Order: sequence, then C-alpha cells, then structure tokens
Amino acid sequence: MAVQEFVAPKSLPEAQGIFANDSSASWLAGGTDLLVGIRLGMRDPSRIIDLKQIPELMALDVSGDSILIGAAASAYDILHNSEIGSLCPGLADALDLIGSTQIQGRCSAGGNLCNASPAADSIPALIANGAVCRILGSSGERLLPVEDFIVGPGQNALKSDELLVQLVLPKPMPATSDAYLRLTPRTEMDIAVAGTGVSITLDTAGICTAARVAIGAVAPTPLLVEAAGQTLVGSKLEDDAIDSAVTAVRAAASPISDKRGSAQYRTHVVGVLVKRAIQRAQARINAGEAA
Amino acid sequence: MSTPLNKLPIQAVINGEPKMFLAAPGQVLADVLRDELELIGTKIGCNTGDCGACSVLVNDRLVCSCLVLAAEVEGQSVQTIEGIADGAVLHPVQQKLLEHGGLQCGVCTPGVVVAAKALLDSNPNPTEEQARYWLAGNLCRCTGYDKIIHAVLDAAEAIREGAAS
Repeated sequence: MAVQEFVAPKSLPEAQGIFANDSSASWLAGGTDLLVGIRLGMRDPSRIIDLKQIPELMALDVSGDSILIGAAASAYDILHNSEIGSLCPGLADALDLIGSTQIQGRCSAGGNLCNASPAADSIPALIANGAVCRILGSSGERLLPVEDFIVGPGQNALKSDELLVQLVLPKPMPATSDAYLRLTPRTEMDIAVAGTGVSITLDTAGICTAARVAIGAVAPTPLLVEAAGQTLVGSKLEDDAIDSAVTAVRAAASPISDKRGSAQYRTHVVGVLVKRAIQRAQARINAGEAA
Repeated sequence: MSTPLNKLPIQAVINGEPKMFLAAPGQVLADVLRDELELIGTKIGCNTGDCGACSVLVNDRLVCSCLVLAAEVEGQSVQTIEGIADGAVLHPVQQKLLEHGGLQCGVCTPGVVVAAKALLDSNPNPTEEQARYWLAGNLCRCTGYDKIIHAVLDAAEAIREGAAS
C-alpha cells in the first residue's frame, strides 16, 4: 500500500470534510515524523492531507491577550517571531533544540505535540507556559490543556474526526519568565534523556507568586508536576524551596531504563535540570528579559 | 513510496526556471529532483532527515528534500546544488571548500554547500559556534568537519569583502 492521494485544503471546513470521510488519511504538517514513519513502514496512510495552505494552521498572532501558534507553523517561523521569543524564551530554547536547521525549517510545535513522544522537547515548555490545545472536530470545537493532550507514548487525545488547530498560550504576566533545559549525550541532533520546562512569576520583592514545572523523558508522557510548582510559590526561590521542588519532581518521575540512561540516572538528572531551569527563569526575570 | 498510476502534475520554479513535472502523491522531492528532473547533484543518504545530504532550499528555507513531498512544492521555488554556482563561476562556499580541502568522497558536499549558502545568506558573519550548530544536520564521514567549518568561515569573509569593495 502506498499513498494514493495528496490533497492540500485551503480552509478548515474543507480539511474537516476530507478527514471525516477517510480514517486512513494522515494530516501533514512539517512531515518530519510522518514521512519518516512512512519510510520505516510504521505509518501507511492512503491519503495525505497537507495542512500548510490553511491560514489558521500557519498563523502566529501575539496581538491579543493570548499567544496563538498555528499547529502547522514551523519551528523556524516561531523562532523568527521575535515577540514569541521575548515572551517565552524557554519555549524558543526548546524549539531550537529540535533536530537540525533543516528539521527546524519544517517541524511544527503542533506536530511535536501530536507525535506525543515522551521525550519531545517542546511539550514541557508548552506545559510550563500553560498552553491549551484548540481542537476542531465534526461536532465543534474544544479546548484541552497540553498536559491532558498526551495520553500515552505516541498517543494523543484527538478523536478520529478531530484536528489540532492552534496552541493558545496566555500572555505571561509581568515579571514572568520561562526556561527549558534537557540533557543529551551529544550537544545537538539528539533525543532528551531528561528535560524540563519551568515558568516562574515573581513579585516586586522577588517572592514567587506562580510557578509551573513540567518534565519530559522521565515518564510515559510529559508531566505537569503541580506539587513542584506549589513548593516554589511564596518562596524567594531559596535553596530549600528549590530542593523541595526537586524532591517533588523526582517523586513524580517514573522513567524507563534504556540505552540513553538508567531510570536511576534519569530521576537524578531531571532534578538537577529542574533546579537549573528555575534559576535560569529567575535570572531572566532579574535581568529584565521577562514579559 | 511511489506508484506510477496516479501522478500529480506539479508546477514549480526550479533553480529559477519554471518547470512542470509529474509526481506520485507519496513521492518525496529528493526522488523527483533526481529521477524526473535529472538533478542528481542532490544526494540521498539516510532518507530520514538525519544526514542532510539532500538539503535544498524551498522558498529560501533550508530543508531535507527527503522529508518534503514533491506535491508540497506546487507553486513554490526550489534551489538545488545545481543552482548555486553562477555558470562556471563557483559560489564562494564552493571555492573555499576546494581551497581548504573541505571534501573527500563528496557525497555530503552538495548538502553542505546548500546549507552553508543558506547560513551566509541569513548571517553574513557567523561565529564558528553558529556555523557548527547550523551545519550540525549535515553529516560528513570523511573530513572531521574542521576543514568544512574553516572553508565556510573563509567564504563568509570573502563574501563580506566582496560586498564591501
């Protein structure tokens, strides 16, 4: 079986009409997972629906109260949007760690999310930023937080008639910043052994008023660790508070052992990364890089 | 990945020239460039986007042509290694790769040239670190990369001096 048909709808209703009629179709955004999957015999769609002619799927919009990221917009486009980069430098760091320059020219944040790898770089950064998925289905639209979108390794919450249209991020509050850090054996072109996305808000006295900590590659899905965020709120991010967050993160991690690292190693490393990411976000706020 | 039965007619600008060609719905750009358009300078290494040998520019964006469907480039512009030199005059990246010995077997070289040109078009004065990260997706098993990087930085300097004079 090979791909029998290629279609590039120009609007959302047109795309939905095509998809609703054909369960063997695959959406195509950047293709950096889909086309590899077809090549390796892991995917076998009869029809490919290219999403990149649909304006909503490609648009980046920071003009309103939210940051809107079209699900098929490439990492390259997002990284060259200076407003997104200054509002969410950690998300930009995460996207800039995905693959090579060539891959970043094609791969999308929406695709990274739908592919649902436990080790996806952009997902902890999206969770830290409170990103919500805007999903369109035959029965209408629904919103789902990113941390609830991934339901298992390689599995997302989309039903067969649904399409991820946009990622909606609240604009960061004043004195808020984020960070994403991962560990890989190589410096680039590698998959995370552990990763973390952190978002921190401080008041004028330097006291943390909001914090979200997400971890990747240390559980079947990327996780929001609410307990870690809670230990930071009310503190000045002193060592004690950070150590409590690290303890919470290590308790939440349930990694596998594989060629990239043992479970014990990953559990240790994710805590180290969380500590550094908190300090990096704090340093960004103090350096005036925050929103 | 291709079937000959249901090919699509595709119009695109290839190396500055409007072209029309047929592509199967699942056929990747790299295969069409080589098999339909006889632009065999684009090499296919891994076919999974890891090695960068098939690098081309689509609308001036650096991509792996093994991870782009040919049908996606309808109405777009594609630049391959064949479109880099100005006739018999080599692009500075090509000239400096020759001078520095930045190639041995040559399989990665077309991709390296296309990727390095894209770098210098967007950043005429890259640091060594920026050049190394930009080219991290172009694998070379011969040179050890040092000569490639030196050639690219030298080409950047040559282009800047050319622009200034």
